[in-house]
Amino acid sequence: MSRLSRSFMVVLLACIPLSSGIAQDLSGDEMRSLDGQVQEIKSDVLSISSELGNLEERLLYPSSTQIALFVALAEDESFRLDAVQLEINGELATHHIYSYKELEALQKGGVQRIYTGNVATGDHQLTVTMIGKLKNGKDLSQSDSFVFAKGIEPKALGITLGGPEFGGSGIQVGDW
Amino acid sequence: MSRIPLSLTGLLLFASLATSPSRSEELKDLYFGEALYYAHQGYYFEALERLDSEVLQHDGLDEPQLDTLYHHIDDAEFSLGDFELRYRMHHRAGRAIKAVLEGAVDEQVRNDAAYRLARIHFQKNQMADAIRALDRIDGKVPESIRDDIEFLRANVYLAENRPQESIAVLHDLQDSKSFGGFAAYNLGIAYLQSGQREDALQQLARAGQVATQDPAELAIRDKSNLVLGTILLEAGNFDEARLYLNRVRLDGPFSNQALLSAGWASMSSDDFERAVVPWNILADREVTDGATQEAMLALPFAYGKLKVHGRAAVNYGRALDSFGVEVTKLDASIESIRAGRFLEALTREEIRKDKDWVIRLRSLPETPETYYLMELLATHDFQTGLENYLDLADLRRRLLGWQASFDSFDDMVDIRHDHYEPLLPDVDEQFRQLDSRMRLRIEQHKMLVRRRDDLLTTPRPEFLATPEEQAVLARIEHIETLLQGAETPFEASLQRRMKRLKGLLIYTLETEYHARFTEFDRNLRGLDEAMLVAQGQYDQFVRSRQAATHSYVGYEKPISRLRAQVSNAIEQVDLLMARQGHALETVAIKELVTRRDRLENYRDKARFALADSYDRATQAQARVDEP
Repeated sequence: MSRLSRSFMVVLLACIPLSSGIAQDLSGDEMRSLDGQVQEIKSDVLSISSELGNLEERLLYPSSTQIALFVALAEDESFRLDAVQLEINGELATHHIYSYKELEALQKGGVQRIYTGNVATGDHQLTVTMIGKLKNGKDLSQSDSFVFAKGIEPKALGITLGGPEFGGSGIQVGDW
Repeated sequence: MSRIPLSLTGLLLFASLATSPSRSEELKDLYFGEALYYAHQGYYFEALERLDSEVLQHDGLDEPQLDTLYHHIDDAEFSLGDFELRYRMHHRAGRAIKAVLEGAVDEQVRNDAAYRLARIHFQKNQMADAIRALDRIDGKVPESIRDDIEFLRANVYLAENRPQESIAVLHDLQDSKSFGGFAAYNLGIAYLQSGQREDALQQLARAGQVATQDPAELAIRDKSNLVLGTILLEAGNFDEARLYLNRVRLDGPFSNQALLSAGWASMSSDDFERAVVPWNILADREVTDGATQEAMLALPFAYGKLKVHGRAAVNYGRALDSFGVEVTKLDASIESIRAGRFLEALTREEIRKDKDWVIRLRSLPETPETYYLMELLATHDFQTGLENYLDLADLRRRLLGWQASFDSFDDMVDIRHDHYEPLLPDVDEQFRQLDSRMRLRIEQHKMLVRRRDDLLTTPRPEFLATPEEQAVLARIEHIETLLQGAETPFEASLQRRMKRLKGLLIYTLETEYHARFTEFDRNLRGLDEAMLVAQGQYDQFVRSRQAATHSYVGYEKPISRLRAQVSNAIEQVDLLMARQGHALETVAIKELVTRRDRLENYRDKARFALADSYDRATQAQARVDEP
């Protein structure tokens, strides 16, 4: 084998391992120390975020008027949820159009906090409208209204959405 | 070859050990569900922030069994560790999982925690700790992670240079549904590590023929054939090497390397015509790939050996042009990195939204450096550094957003202060009046209730007399007193009349007592309800008054403390970003310089070889032209 081909062979063999020698430079003390410091600052920022969240909640949504609305999908639902609109006492509270990632997160059992706001104590009407598509390709559009009572403590309502097999309008609202 | 198993198993673990919280029993805690919602989308910062607060709150409760998180607390604590792991907070993840391990938990939960802890140690390259964590696994193991545990154990043994123990574990994993292909390859590597060369070759051959449609297993099958082919090539078994190298799929991730090696296997056995075939394919592929560049030079070399000097010269010329363009591109890339554009491109929002963002970097026209960094980007350490940099950039974005929001908070507090302060003195005056009236009514109500209760045990009909009757009774008693001291001839008849009148009144009071008491009780109950309504309104007033104060009082200190914390954090993040960014740029530049040096070396070789080929082609032509 010529000198040229020998040198090619060395290159060839050096290329096989997935990690190159350069990566070893990165796994040195400096990188480890940096990694440790990055973890520390993440921890600090998480704690700031949590404290800020509490402050924000106290400032913007006092417990006596706070209402939080959550959306979940009924188990084993195969319909595709496209959008949800919520009205409280006839006024638009929020609407949300779902991305694929968000829908997937709901299908895996995640619960979305869709709205946090303020209402006075007493009875209120919540109207939920959902738009989506059924497995057979047909459009799905349902709307239902519910009355809920707001007391002096923060109110959390869970809205569970499902297809026709879920029963009724496919929308259920419950206290949490 | 010892670097192969470590690097590969590391990658495999990264891909296969990742688990996600799954939909199992009915969700009872909305906030845990909210954390999962974020985690399922890969937003681990948000997931951690919510779940951390929820778990902390739960831990502080006097009666945690009444809390909705109580039903999920094991899952929640596990998820905390899991999210921390995914957010690359290994220190905290380790602590969270150790806490689960040391708690009084179910055997399966403990074993799951021990496995997760071992996984963290493995990723941190702390193999002795990983083994200690794995040794804690005892008794019942959750079915879903049984193979994961054994695969991890085998990889830890491999990393610890304990191939015999690894071989024993990998043997049992050969039929695993999730790890079969990987275990087959790793077993071959373990044999190699233990010096059992023949066993290694046989095992790699088996791993190279696994029947599968799974893309990851297909890749590992290719990898097995490539490694086996390379070992045989190195040992001088060129024909056999070619057999395995040819088994690597043409469209797989190891195709370029396999084509290059196949060409060298043919060249080494002086089968130049056969060498030309894979190198011709490879020379037309992506020019930035190292194997392609090598093939562009090797192909004319093979033509030279075949004495087709004209074609060799053309191909050397093509390689020369191409290398020149690439060297220019690399120089531009190095300059671009030095100017900070590499890091700018990496932190672009639209790039990160795509899960294949590393791949998409190649399509950015303004970042030519990324063409040459694919291999580097794929290494675990570089990725860790890169992810850290991106996480820091993300933290910075958040912190800057929060910093801007403090001014809004201040404004909000000031507006509320200015709104309520002038109103509150009047409100407080009204409140004081209402308060005194309310207290009076409450006392009156209490007195009536006491009277009713007394009447139940000691009936007093006169207490239930109407005001008129009370007036009449008082008048009679007054006249009786007058008559007692008076000397009048009418005294006896007057006293009889008085007695009759009093008797009539007492008769009425006694006979109507029960009816009147019932009426009194009914009225009092009505009053109770009215008092409740009044008390409710009073409480509402008190709450509203407090809410007004709470809406602007007591925020100054926390806001200024948080403002300072955010400001410090920004400074720290900036410092870390600069250091991390510099480290990444240095490594990236080093990689590009290496690639440029190699290309320049190739270019020099191509230049000389081109001249040589022209000479030979000219000489050959001259010989043909000679009469």
